[in-house]
Amino acid sequence: MTGSTRASASPARKAPGRRRFEWLRRLWALSTGRFGLIVVAVVVLSALIARFWTPFDPRQVEISDRWALPGLPHLLGTDGSGRDILSLLMAGSRTTVIVAVGAGVIATVLGVALAALGALTARWMRESVAVFVDILIAFPVLIIAMMISAVWGGSLAVVIWSVGIGFGVNIARVTRPELRRVLHSDFVLAGRASGLSPLHNLWRHLLPNVAPVFIVQLSWGMAVAVLAEAGLSYLGFGAPVTEPSWGLLLAELQQYITVYPLSVLWPGLAITFTVLGLNLLGDALREATDPTLSRGRDPLHPPRGAIRHVPEVVA
Amino acid sequence: MSLEVTDLTVDIGGRRVVDGVSFDVPDGARVGLIGESGSGKSLTALAILGLLPDGAEAGGSVRWDGRELIGMPDRELATLRGDEIGIVFQEPRTALNPIRTVGRQIAESVRIHEGLSRAAARERAVAEASRVALPDPERIVARYPHQLSGGQRQRAAIAMALACRPRLLIADEPTTALDVTIQSEILELLLSLVEDGGMSLVFITHDLAVLSQIATDGVVLEDGRVVERAPVSTLLTAPASTVTQGLLRDATATLWRPGGLR
Repeated sequence: MTGSTRASASPARKAPGRRRFEWLRRLWALSTGRFGLIVVAVVVLSALIARFWTPFDPRQVEISDRWALPGLPHLLGTDGSGRDILSLLMAGSRTTVIVAVGAGVIATVLGVALAALGALTARWMRESVAVFVDILIAFPVLIIAMMISAVWGGSLAVVIWSVGIGFGVNIARVTRPELRRVLHSDFVLAGRASGLSPLHNLWRHLLPNVAPVFIVQLSWGMAVAVLAEAGLSYLGFGAPVTEPSWGLLLAELQQYITVYPLSVLWPGLAITFTVLGLNLLGDALREATDPTLSRGRDPLHPPRGAIRHVPEVVA
Repeated sequence: MSLEVTDLTVDIGGRRVVDGVSFDVPDGARVGLIGESGSGKSLTALAILGLLPDGAEAGGSVRWDGRELIGMPDRELATLRGDEIGIVFQEPRTALNPIRTVGRQIAESVRIHEGLSRAAARERAVAEASRVALPDPERIVARYPHQLSGGQRQRAAIAMALACRPRLLIADEPTTALDVTIQSEILELLLSLVEDGGMSLVFITHDLAVLSQIATDGVVLEDGRVVERAPVSTLLTAPASTVTQGLLRDATATLWRPGGLR
């Protein structure tokens, strides 16, 4: 009996909160979004768990157990010195997460700052920022990272900073013209006419409208950071050999690819799936957060370009 | 509170596009700025609120309630915008942010100027939406602009401009982008809101027929200069300048168009 009153009261009360997380539901509804979320969640979770627990000590050498096939107790088998590959991957995922997040944060801060400087300030400032960005973009990120690590020795910080700066510049280059475009739209003027301060306008109208472009660039940048770490570590410029890393693991195992092909599979798969997952997640995020692309739940107001299904009106 | 525009000039890249425009809007008056496109009407409106685009420079004097608006720092002007002076733009398709709900945009100026909480602002948005006769205001405030029709969007834009009960409304060709039938609905709505609220109105248009429905006085512009200033009835019956005569001919043509002015 009380059930009906509660049911009628709760939707109104819950409505704002539900709408705020509506994009998450839409993200899950997209197959690419679901895949990306799962991959990223698995990598992040295993990185967290690896801090406290791995099935075996990833550094423990067990000569009697070299090149074990996948099975029990070594789920993914062991490498040439008898280390458990699953534990190595889990420990390596920590490096991956640190690099991806670190590079992502640096790229975001740098990219948004440069884009804002290049789009919203006085003319001479805008144009010098644009030229500066164009110059920086000419340098390939990976080559720079290799040069730096060749001179000062490899470390994760080098990878993080070089990819972060490289992609920050990239984000700035793509976001700046978008910001300019949005800046000249009527609703920004209308926002100013409502009394919004420039900072409020940036926060409420400008940045949300460039977010789709930005998110795709950012996810791409983070995926490249994962690849760069693996690549540089593989070449010996990235993580020091004492640090567990997917790239290092791949480098060690691939020498035996003709003898034990199964063991090489795992780090390769981990890198591939993570990069793919990040890319798909970025793409799905763009789609899920754009209300004009939302699937028409309301048949009278379908998304742009969709065929209208007008229900028959019966009195 | 009255608006006094004296000798207003706007320069863009060394070219004078508004040249010595003067007119008064006493408290409660409804003044129309009329002229062909490119005559400087919209720039005059933007100059009043200090919203001119980059590279445009305003001169002369705009006094609002005794205060000089030209040269006032932007931070100070922002406290007037939306609170004491509201503005409605021509194109309802682009005047609303496509990725924010209609309700949040209607309540934007209220949140800034009156510091309402998110929940209170939502309530207010519903009230404002029903004030401009948007259908089903409870639900429409949760919609996004692309889910609204052109007329509904213009109603939302009007609600946005009036949410803080400004003393002066500047309407920059608010009906030009709309169908003829919806035009007259929006005009009626504007007129009733302005009269009920005791607001002053500056209405910008190129259409003398539209102007005659809403304004009491007209200021005719050509190439950035005022060529005639008279009550609308005089403009209609005894136009002095050739510009006004031309506008009158266009307006009469509208009258005879099928489905034209009602």
